[in-house]
Amino acid sequence: MSDGSGYEPVIGLEIHVQLKTNTKMFCGCELSFGDPPNVHTCPVCLGLPGALPVVNARAIHYALMVGMALGCELAPRSIFHRKNYFYPDLPKGYQISQYDIPICSGGRLGDVRIHRAHLEEDAAKLVHVGASGRIHGADASVVDYNRGGTPLVEIVTEPDVRSAAQAREWLTLLRETLRQLGVSDVNMEEGSLRCDANVSIRPVGSDVLGTKTELKNMNSFRYLERGVEAEIARQIALVQSGEEVVQETLHYDPVSGSISSLRSKEEAHDYRYFPEPDLVPVVLTETMIEGARAELPELPAARAERYESALGLSADSARLLAFRPELGAYFEAALAVDGESPQVLANWISGELVARIGDEDPAASKVTPAAIAQLVALVRGRAVTQGAAKTVLDRLVADGGEPQAIVDAEGLGAIGGGDELTEVVKRALESDPAAVEKLKGGNMKAIGPIVGFVMRETKGRADGGEVTRLVREQLGL
Amino acid sequence: MSADLIALSARDAAEQIRHGRISADELFAAYRERAAADAAKGEDGLNAYTWVADVTPSAPAASDAAPLAGVPLAVKDLFCTEGVPSQSGSKILAGYRPPYNATVVDKLASAGTTLLGKTNQDEFAMGSSNENSAFGAVRNPWDASRVPGGSSGGSAAAVAAGLAPWALGTDTGGSIRQPAALCGIVGLKPTYGSVSRYGMIAFASSLDQAGPFARDVTDTALLYRHMVGRDGRDSTSLQHPDEIALPKGVDLKGIRLGVPEELIGEGVESGVREAFNQTLALAEQLGATVETTHLPHAPHALSAYYLIAPAEASSNLARFDGVRYGLRADADDLLSMYTRTRAEGFGPEVKRRIMLGTYALSSGYYDAYYGRAQKVRTKIAEDFRSAFDSFDFIVTPSAPTVAFKLGEKTADPLEMYLQDFCTIPMSLAGIPAISIPNGLSDGLPVGFQIAGPAFSENRLLDAAYVLEQALGFDGSKVRA
Amino acid sequence: MIDRAQVLHVARLARLELTDDEVGTMSRELSAVLDHIEKIGELQLDDVPATSHVIDVVNALRPDEPVPSLPREQALANAPEVVDDGFGVPSPGAA
Repeated sequence: MSDGSGYEPVIGLEIHVQLKTNTKMFCGCELSFGDPPNVHTCPVCLGLPGALPVVNARAIHYALMVGMALGCELAPRSIFHRKNYFYPDLPKGYQISQYDIPICSGGRLGDVRIHRAHLEEDAAKLVHVGASGRIHGADASVVDYNRGGTPLVEIVTEPDVRSAAQAREWLTLLRETLRQLGVSDVNMEEGSLRCDANVSIRPVGSDVLGTKTELKNMNSFRYLERGVEAEIARQIALVQSGEEVVQETLHYDPVSGSISSLRSKEEAHDYRYFPEPDLVPVVLTETMIEGARAELPELPAARAERYESALGLSADSARLLAFRPELGAYFEAALAVDGESPQVLANWISGELVARIGDEDPAASKVTPAAIAQLVALVRGRAVTQGAAKTVLDRLVADGGEPQAIVDAEGLGAIGGGDELTEVVKRALESDPAAVEKLKGGNMKAIGPIVGFVMRETKGRADGGEVTRLVREQLGL
Repeated sequence: MSADLIALSARDAAEQIRHGRISADELFAAYRERAAADAAKGEDGLNAYTWVADVTPSAPAASDAAPLAGVPLAVKDLFCTEGVPSQSGSKILAGYRPPYNATVVDKLASAGTTLLGKTNQDEFAMGSSNENSAFGAVRNPWDASRVPGGSSGGSAAAVAAGLAPWALGTDTGGSIRQPAALCGIVGLKPTYGSVSRYGMIAFASSLDQAGPFARDVTDTALLYRHMVGRDGRDSTSLQHPDEIALPKGVDLKGIRLGVPEELIGEGVESGVREAFNQTLALAEQLGATVETTHLPHAPHALSAYYLIAPAEASSNLARFDGVRYGLRADADDLLSMYTRTRAEGFGPEVKRRIMLGTYALSSGYYDAYYGRAQKVRTKIAEDFRSAFDSFDFIVTPSAPTVAFKLGEKTADPLEMYLQDFCTIPMSLAGIPAISIPNGLSDGLPVGFQIAGPAFSENRLLDAAYVLEQALGFDGSKVRA
Repeated sequence: MIDRAQVLHVARLARLELTDDEVGTMSRELSAVLDHIEKIGELQLDDVPATSHVIDVVNALRPDEPVPSLPREQALANAPEVVDDGFGVPSPGAA
C-alpha cells in the first residue's frame, strides 16, 4: 500500500486464542467466563508450593487442529519452557510456554504466512480497585485466578500484512477458521481472541525492515484497524519530522484514538527461558495426528478455493460464502436443488437474501434453500423478471412458501413474447412519436421512455430485453 | 515398656500391631512423647522437629491394604501435609498450612502410617548441615556440638535418636545420603521419577527425589515399597518395574563393585577412607570383586550441579512473592512488596542460590552456564552407563567427612558444597544410591554409598542388606 | 567474576532487595563459586546433547476432565490480604 507518503507499513500479527477445552492447560479446574472471582482454582493454578502441572491432552489435540488448518509443520517432538517474570497475575512467577520448539511452525493462511503457533497458559485477571477497602490506604489491585491457566494457542504471523484494512480482513479469516475448527469461542470482546500488532514502516521499494513497535489492547476488529492505522500514521509523521521510531510496547486507546507507551524502559526484559523440568516432551503419535485430522472441517480458505475453481464463482462471492459457514452451507443446499447457475445463485444469496435477513442464519429463515433455488430458476427461464423476483423474495422472507405459487397468486409472472407484450409495445410507440423518430434516426438512448411505458403498463412483469427486441422488430431496425 | 517400643524396628512394630501384641496408640504415644520432649527444648535439644502431632491420629486397622498400620512416620517439612505446617524450613512460609497432601504422604497414610511430626531441614533443602533452617539448626545425636548433615537433617537426627521409627526425606544432591551417613542410619535416594514429587515443595525439579530414612535396610525397603508408583499429577513420575521386596541374601558372590577413582581422592578424610577400604575388603570376603574404575566427568559434577540446581531453584522459588500465601512485607508499591518480602523471607543461602541461578539463566550466560551444565549432565550419565557395563554397583564413601562442628563450614559456601562431592554425580544421573552405616571414625558415623543403574533398587537393597549384616553397626546407644 | 553492578542487576531480576553489605558479600561469594564452576568451560562439549530430563518419558498427558476446584475460602485462606474475594496486592502502577 502506498498512500503518497513514500512509506509502506510492514505488519505482523500475534494472536492469542483461548482454547475451548473443559479444563485448564495444566490442571483440572474448569474454564469459566464471568463467574465470581477465585472459584476455579486449585493448588496447581494458584501456584501453591509443591503443585505440579500436567498437560491437558485436548489442548494438544486442538493445537494440532489449528496447526493443520494453518498449514503448519507439526513438530514431531516439542517441549515446554518456563518464561520467568514477576507479576501478580502470574502465580508461579513464570509462564509455561513453548520457546525454541513450538508444536506448530511455518504455514500460511490466505495471503499471510504463519511463523509459528505454540501452546501456553493464560495469565490471571488483575483488577485495579483503588484505595478503597484496603488496609493500608494505598492503591490496590485484586487478583482473580479463575482465568489463570486457561490454554492458549499463540499464533505469530510473518510480517506479510501491508495495511490496517488487510490486518482486519485477515484476522476475520483467522477467526472464521478457528470458529469452524470449534477450538475457541474467538470472541474479541470477551478476550478469547486477542490480537497484538507489530508495526513498522519503510520507504516504498525497500526490503529492509524498520524498527517495529508492538501495539496492544485492540479488542475488536474495528479497533485493530484503527489502532494500526493510527500507529502507521504516527510512525510516518515521526520519520518525516526527522525523528526515529523507538522499539516499545504501545497501548491503543480506542476512545481517544491515542497511542501511549505501555512500559517505560525501566528494564529490558530478560525472561530467562529454560526447559520446564516439571513437564516431559510431547511426541506426536500417528493416533494424535490422525485424531486431529479426522476432526478438521473444510475450512474457509479451502472452501473459497473450491467455490472458485469447481463452481466458477468470482473470488469475492466465494469468500463471502465461504467465510460465513452457515451461508456456505445454505448455498450448497440450494445448489443441490438447482446447480445450473452457481454465480447467479451466489449473488442472490449473498446479495438479495443477506440484504433482507442480515446476520441471521439463512437456514433459520423462512426461505428454504429449495425456494431460493427455484426462484433463481424462474428468473433464468424468464418466467419472472429480476424486479418481480425481488418482490417474490420479499414474500418468501415474510411468509415462506413456494416461489411459483407466489408468482401465480400475485400475478407476478413475466409477460412473454406473445401478443400481449406486442400489443403494449405497439401502444407505447404510438404514444411517443418523438422517441420513435429518434430511434429511427439511430439514437437507441431514446428507447428509455418506451421501456418505461411498457413497465408501467405491465407492472414490471415485462422482460427488458424482450421489450427491446419487439421495439426493433416493430420499427424494422 | 516405652524403651522396648522404641527399640522395635518399624517392620517389627507393624508386625506386633498386626498381631495385637502392641497397640498403635501406645506406639504413637511413645514416639510422640520423645519427639515432643525434644521439640520443647528448642535449639537446646536436637531441634529435629518443627511440628509434632498433639493428638494421636486414628490409624486404619492393620490389613493387607494397610500393612504399615499404626507405625508413626516423621515427614520432612517440605512435604505438603493438609492443614499441618509445611514451611520448607523457611521464614517465607512460616505458619503455612497447605490445603492438600503430597502424593507420597497420602500413599503412606493409605498404607497405614500415622503422621508423627514434620522435621526440620535446611531452608528449601539448600544445605548440607541443616544450619540454614529458619527454625534453628539441628544437632547430631552422636555429638550435639556437630551438625546432622543436610538438607534432611531433622529426619536423619530424629530416626538416629529414636524420635521416629523412620522418616521421609528428599535428596537433590545428597540431602538424604549425607545426613544418613553423618547420623549413622540408612538413607535411600531412589531412581528419579520412581516416587511422585507432587506436593514436595520444590528445590530443583529435575533432581529432587523423595526417599526413606530408617535404622536398617529392611525398614528402608519397606517404607520405599509404599512410596513408589506413577502419579498422574507428576508428569515426571513413572511406574517402578519391580515390586519392592524386602532385602535378602547372605553373600555378595558374583557382585562386581566399581570404585571410581575420581570420587575417593584427596577430599576424603582419612578416617572415612579407612572405613571405606575396610568395607571393600569385607565385600571381597563376602564374594564380591572390587576394582577401581573411572567416571571421567565426575569431577565436573559439582559445577554442573551448582548451575542446574540453583537455576531451577531461582525459578521454583519465584512463586514466593507475598501475593497468595506466606510472608508479605509492608510496601506501598508492587516492586517493593516483592523485593522486601523476598529479602525478609529468604535466608542467606537461599538468596545466594537464587542469585547464582538467576545469573546462570540470564541473557548472554545461558549457553555458557546452564546449557553447558546440561551437557556435562549428559556425559556424567554416560559415564555411569558405561561403568555399569562392567560393574553391578559403584561404591564410594557417602560423604567425604564425618559430622563437623556447627558453624565450622558456614563461612565458606564452596567448602560446604564439597560435602556433596560423592553424592551429586548419582543425582545428576538420576540413578538410585543408598547410604548405610559404615562404622565409626573417632566416635562419629561414616557412611558407605552404593549406587546402581536406574530401577535397580531391589538388587541395591539386597547388597546393602548383606553388607549391613556383615558390618553389624549398632546405633542403639544414641536412641537411649 | 561478578561485580556489584551485575549483582544489582541480577538481584533486580530475582526481585531481591539487598543491603549494601549484602551486595559486597554476594559479589565475593558468587565470584568464588563461579571461579570453581567455570572449570566446565574447559570441557569439549560441542556435539553433546543437553540433558534436561534423566527419565525417558514422553506424553504424560491428562484427560480433559474437570476435577473439583478449591472452595474459595480455602483458596484465600493463606492470602496475606483479601480484597473483594480476591488476592489484594499493591497496584503495579502505584509509586
